[in-house]
Amino acid sequence: MVMTMQYAILCYHDEKVTCAWSKEHDDAVMAKLGVIMERLAREGKLGPVARLLPTTAATTLRKDREPPLVVDGPFAETKEQLLGFYIVDCASLEDALAIARELGEVNPGGAYEIRPVAAFFEAPAGSGKAAP
Amino acid sequence: MTDAGWIASVLTAARPQALAALLRYFRDLDAAEEALQEACLRALRNWPRNGPPRDAAAWLVMVGRNAGIDAVRARSRLAPLPEAEVTRDLPDVESETVERVDAADYRDDILRLLFVCSHPELTATQQIALALRIVCGLSVAQIARSFLVSEAAIEQRITRAKRRVADAGVPFEPPGAVARAERVAAVAAMIYLVFNEGYTTTVAELGARAPLCEEAIRLARLLLGLYPAEPEIMGLLALLLLQHSRAAARFDAAGEAVLLEDQDRSRWDGKRIAEGLALIEKAMRHRQPGSYQVQAAIAALHARAPRFEETDWAEMDLLYEALERLQPSPVVTLNRAVVVARVRGPQAALTMLEPLSDRLGSYFYFHGARGAFLQRLGRTAEAGEAFARAIALANTPAEAAHIRMQVERLQMFDVARQP
Repeated sequence: MVMTMQYAILCYHDEKVTCAWSKEHDDAVMAKLGVIMERLAREGKLGPVARLLPTTAATTLRKDREPPLVVDGPFAETKEQLLGFYIVDCASLEDALAIARELGEVNPGGAYEIRPVAAFFEAPAGSGKAAP
Repeated sequence: MTDAGWIASVLTAARPQALAALLRYFRDLDAAEEALQEACLRALRNWPRNGPPRDAAAWLVMVGRNAGIDAVRARSRLAPLPEAEVTRDLPDVESETVERVDAADYRDDILRLLFVCSHPELTATQQIALALRIVCGLSVAQIARSFLVSEAAIEQRITRAKRRVADAGVPFEPPGAVARAERVAAVAAMIYLVFNEGYTTTVAELGARAPLCEEAIRLARLLLGLYPAEPEIMGLLALLLLQHSRAAARFDAAGEAVLLEDQDRSRWDGKRIAEGLALIEKAMRHRQPGSYQVQAAIAALHARAPRFEETDWAEMDLLYEALERLQPSPVVTLNRAVVVARVRGPQAALTMLEPLSDRLGSYFYFHGARGAFLQRLGRTAEAGEAFARAIALANTPAEAAHIRMQVERLQMFDVARQP
């Protein structure tokens, strides 16, 4: 049995650009990503995947002060923002990079940060679980 | 990376920032537009070869600025410069790192650009056309399609609007706090105009006009990006998203308008609703109510109700009451009366309508609502008169059909109620 490792593929992109996509372009990109995700799921390599709402919907809690401060907007004021992530189950970093390349081919622009997952913490058995 | 579609969305995304900076530099809208257009042409030639720059807006500003200066020089010498000379410095553009405009400048630049399109001297239609052309970068042909008028008419509208703005003077000094707040409010109102121009539609025009709603949402996002802690801007974006979330359910297969109560809610756009609800929730935390927030909260109540019957009408009544206070208008009261009819019955609603008859006497919806209340009170003859007036006053066949549908439904209701 091959030991696998979980990697988070964190998606960074200029949100102004993704928000400038037409609905047709957005749908087309999502459809192409969907094909890849389906195959990864069949191969048992795909964990949770999330697409985040634009950073204008974000709220940040600055907890480096007392009391913590609630600020509207994302934590980092950078051009490229975290817009979503994939969790993939791979044998190696090369595999994870290959998946990222494949995803990037149908969704160019911006960057993927590939970060190994240290641990997942499951909700205790019997406790309420957030809807997917 | 050479995908032309991808370059197009990068150019669209960078446009407001780049044009706003060029406007500050050239202090002339036409010159700024010309410079940006030249920069975009060069981007289309250059980026597929050299790859896209890290900061597209900064690239466009720098190249546009040089192109603009060259154009002025060329005009003064009455001879065009050779192409090689014009583009010689291109590869250096990025390495210069292009004096990143600091955040405050950037904000004032874009606000100025948006404000130019919301200038109080401009009529509503001029504001919409100018914003779509200048900020969104839609072509005259695209705008003409959306307005369902000729390209020449749009061209003329934009030219006149620009002349008016130039005559009134574009404010280049950084605005004080009060002026800034006023400009933000004017820009928000302009964005709402753009949205409504797209939203007020019939099915035949739907395809043509829907892009206006999308552009308005993009503009609201841009404005909220500049002022991320402004609850009214959150409210505005939430309102537009929640309204637009129903787009796919507003017309049936035959092209007839579908009333809110009859819409197939599974066809509402869940992603837009999620974003709208998130924004209104954030906005309310500020406890600074405003009319966009309240209108968004009203739209949110509809979005949250799984079925029309489950709408929280009592809460809706309170929200309309708040809206009446914030933005008193007979139309708001009329809408509130429709809600009151559900919460407190038709008599209360009718009483609320009576004082409005002077001001809303020529509005078809006033008579339609009045007829519906009268009918429910069993005053059938008066109801019939009110419906007849409503149909006579309807501006479009769709509006008249809307009233007839209401009448039919009420009559069915009466028949069903009879013992």
